[in-house]
Amino acid sequence: MTAPAELDLPGLDESTDEDRPWVALVWNDPVNLMSYVTHVLMELFGHPRPVAEKMMMDVHTKGRAVVSSGTREQMEHDVSRLHAKGLWATLQQD
Amino acid sequence: MRFSRKRSGSIEAKVDAVEADVLLAVAGDLLVLLGEQDEPDEDPLAAMVGLSSGPMKRPDDPALARLLPDAYGDDDAAATEFRRYTELDLRAGKRAHATAVLTGLSPLAGRGGRLVLDRDDADAWLGCLNDLRLVLGTRLEVTEETELEPRSDDPRAHALQVYGWLGWLQESLLSCLEPRGQ
Repeated sequence: MTAPAELDLPGLDESTDEDRPWVALVWNDPVNLMSYVTHVLMELFGHPRPVAEKMMMDVHTKGRAVVSSGTREQMEHDVSRLHAKGLWATLQQD
Repeated sequence: MRFSRKRSGSIEAKVDAVEADVLLAVAGDLLVLLGEQDEPDEDPLAAMVGLSSGPMKRPDDPALARLLPDAYGDDDAAATEFRRYTELDLRAGKRAHATAVLTGLSPLAGRGGRLVLDRDDADAWLGCLNDLRLVLGTRLEVTEETELEPRSDDPRAHALQVYGWLGWLQESLLSCLEPRGQ
């Protein structure tokens, strides 16, 4: 793969920090059962089991995983739902 | 004690006296932990809308902080603001789960018996069992390598056994539940 030559033309890129999406992250912790994390991801986000299991394994093996993305308000809502289920979740701008 | 799903859809378990008393004790402790930092809200309007009138800090107790974590890992001001809008509801939800467990078990105190849960009860139990494990696991500083059958001279032996048993119980309940909305 290759990258296009960079053109330094300020003003052409209209995207700002405000446009970058926000993400909800779930962090690995030693207490939550793998089966429980899968159950919660299926229930909160409507994922089929294989998708939820893949996310859960990413959390487990990589230490954290993005489970949702969208506006800041949507991610705050998702993080509060994850906290209600006892998952260790945070949000940040991607 | 093991949960099983009946044809009627209810989830049942036979609970012995010791199991009932251990669960009643730890769920009661959880309720105290969740309530102990609640300050009476002086602003009646804020109280009515479930909003804390003052800033809310991350709890100092690591176990409580694990139940009520920061939503922003690297922005204290945003984490505090988020807490102001959400923490009272989060605490109330967790207290409701613990209360459901205490209510279901109180007739079984000291003698055990049959526990029958409908789906809403089962969800409350699942949440409460998880919260109990988070509190105990944090207090015991468990890691993924922690041995759950400790040597008897380990001062944490009893607590680790309870922690391990709660995990087993939670797995047993999960095996009876399909995620909602699937």
